[in-house]
Amino acid sequence: MGSRASTLLREEEIEEIKKETGFSHSQITRLYSRFTSLDKGENGTLSREDFQRIPELAINPLGDRIINAFFPEGEDQVNFRGFMRTLAHFRPIEDNEKNKDPIASEPLNSRSNKLLFAFRLYDLDRDDKISRDELLQVLRMMVGVNISDEQLGSIADRTIQEADQNGDNSISFNEFIKVLEKVDVEQKMSIRFLH
Amino acid sequence: CSELLPLAIWLSELYWSIVDWATHRIERGAKDNNHLLYKPYSNGDNRDLDHASEFEMSDIFYFCRQGVESIMDDEVTKRFSAEELESWNLLTRSNYNFQHISLRLTVLWGLGVVIRYGFLLPLRVTLAFTGVGLLVVLTSIIGFLPNGRMKNFLSEQVHLMCYRICVRALTAIITYHDSENKPKNGGICVANHTSPIDVIILASDGCYAMVGQIHGGLMGVIQKSMVKACPHIWFERSEVKDRHLVAKRLSDHVEDKTKLPILIFPEGTCINNTSVMMFKKGSFEIGSTVYPVAIKYDPRFGDAFWNSSQFGMVNYLLRMMSSWAIVCSVWYLPPMTREEGEDAVQFANRVKAAIARQGGLVDLLWDGGLKRGKVKDTFKEEQQKLYSKMLVGTQEDRSRS
Repeated sequence: MGSRASTLLREEEIEEIKKETGFSHSQITRLYSRFTSLDKGENGTLSREDFQRIPELAINPLGDRIINAFFPEGEDQVNFRGFMRTLAHFRPIEDNEKNKDPIASEPLNSRSNKLLFAFRLYDLDRDDKISRDELLQVLRMMVGVNISDEQLGSIADRTIQEADQNGDNSISFNEFIKVLEKVDVEQKMSIRFLH
Repeated sequence: CSELLPLAIWLSELYWSIVDWATHRIERGAKDNNHLLYKPYSNGDNRDLDHASEFEMSDIFYFCRQGVESIMDDEVTKRFSAEELESWNLLTRSNYNFQHISLRLTVLWGLGVVIRYGFLLPLRVTLAFTGVGLLVVLTSIIGFLPNGRMKNFLSEQVHLMCYRICVRALTAIITYHDSENKPKNGGICVANHTSPIDVIILASDGCYAMVGQIHGGLMGVIQKSMVKACPHIWFERSEVKDRHLVAKRLSDHVEDKTKLPILIFPEGTCINNTSVMMFKKGSFEIGSTVYPVAIKYDPRFGDAFWNSSQFGMVNYLLRMMSSWAIVCSVWYLPPMTREEGEDAVQFANRVKAAIARQGGLVDLLWDGGLKRGKVKDTFKEEQQKLYSKMLVGTQEDRSRS
């Protein structure tokens, strides 16, 4: 009796999101349901507070950085399109996608885009470089008060030394990709949907 | 008017038997409605957090993925709103995702509205007023009797009768299982909490001493007259904060074996009946026998969950009385006591797990207080500590190397 399609999301919009993100019809409606349940103000957009209300996200040491990734530069609200665009980074890379039309632009969930997402978590001031300072700040978020400044500093120094190739004492996106070339990014940065 | 009352009672008995028959025909079972959106992250995918290893830039993936998973679907926020149904039950209030499908369905729905609001609701409201009115009047009368066996007996009969009228007023179809485990004097009965109706459901099958805050208005009147007939434990608003006072009154009560078992809902707030959330340890510190009870509602006939941020008590009761019926199962679980070496929190978790298992509910460690409040920073600090341990090992590792 009755279908589960949302009455507030138009078919055209669902098609557009499907093209842009690669999510299936049912995944989009399911996530729209989720979006509206998070939207306590019922104004069609999410604010940072709406995200922080999720307890499992609030206790995540990098919770604030992840929330930040949803909001474009300087904005405080994200609509459903933006929400889906960010989530699309975590779609698994299916085999049939590799045979897709080569002229089409790179999908949001490509290995390169997944790495870019992670890179931006480190790059606090969005200047396309991870400086020693930024690395220290993110490390501090992950470890809390449990590691001394000196120890953290030496961890940061070692990491930059290993990654930095052009000697500018910071990590560019290309250097970041090089460091992680052996890591199974596709698996670690993908979330498998159950339906 | 006096002819209408027996008619009202007769009609509601009729409706009750129809629904009772219908629900027994429909297959029921304690389903686990835990429709996870994604496959949960397993630690085997990532480094073993028990062994110390050096920091790598890919460590961020672990936190990142966990964070985005919780944005897509989390275990907590969905417990504070009514459960989503597989298929529509002709109540607009359950209609989140169902489109207008056909004219026939709309006509059926319209017919449903007429029956529910024009017929069932007035019937039920009449019964409810009767039940409550009788409770107040009769318990006040019994209050004049001298304390003793006669008073206790009459008090029990009056309470049971009035609660049973209220059960009819809600058309509550209740199936009690394992009644041999029913709570006895000197014990504490704990149950999962979904709505104020839980009290009526349990109290129509047995006599309990209630615990709660004294309210004003009609609720206060009911509370004050109930306590004349038998000892319930009502607290003033100021006393509720004093944990020692609360514990003292509760333990004094259970020590007196002539007094009825106490009924407590340790979650402290209403949860939507798909899970059991953290039990507050207060009732488990007292040291008497705990009688766990699991209550599971079938949401197809009417969702009993009280979302107190969405509607107040009166609005909620009207919604309840204009649903088709309230269908639920009650399981009386075998009594439990605190074991050697077990502290109150562990005992509380053990009881909670038993209730969750029986009712087919998800057992969560999260605090029901998260409905309104923020999560404590200590949980984030725990995560940070775990990660730090992995990075630099324990103190002994460092001194050895």
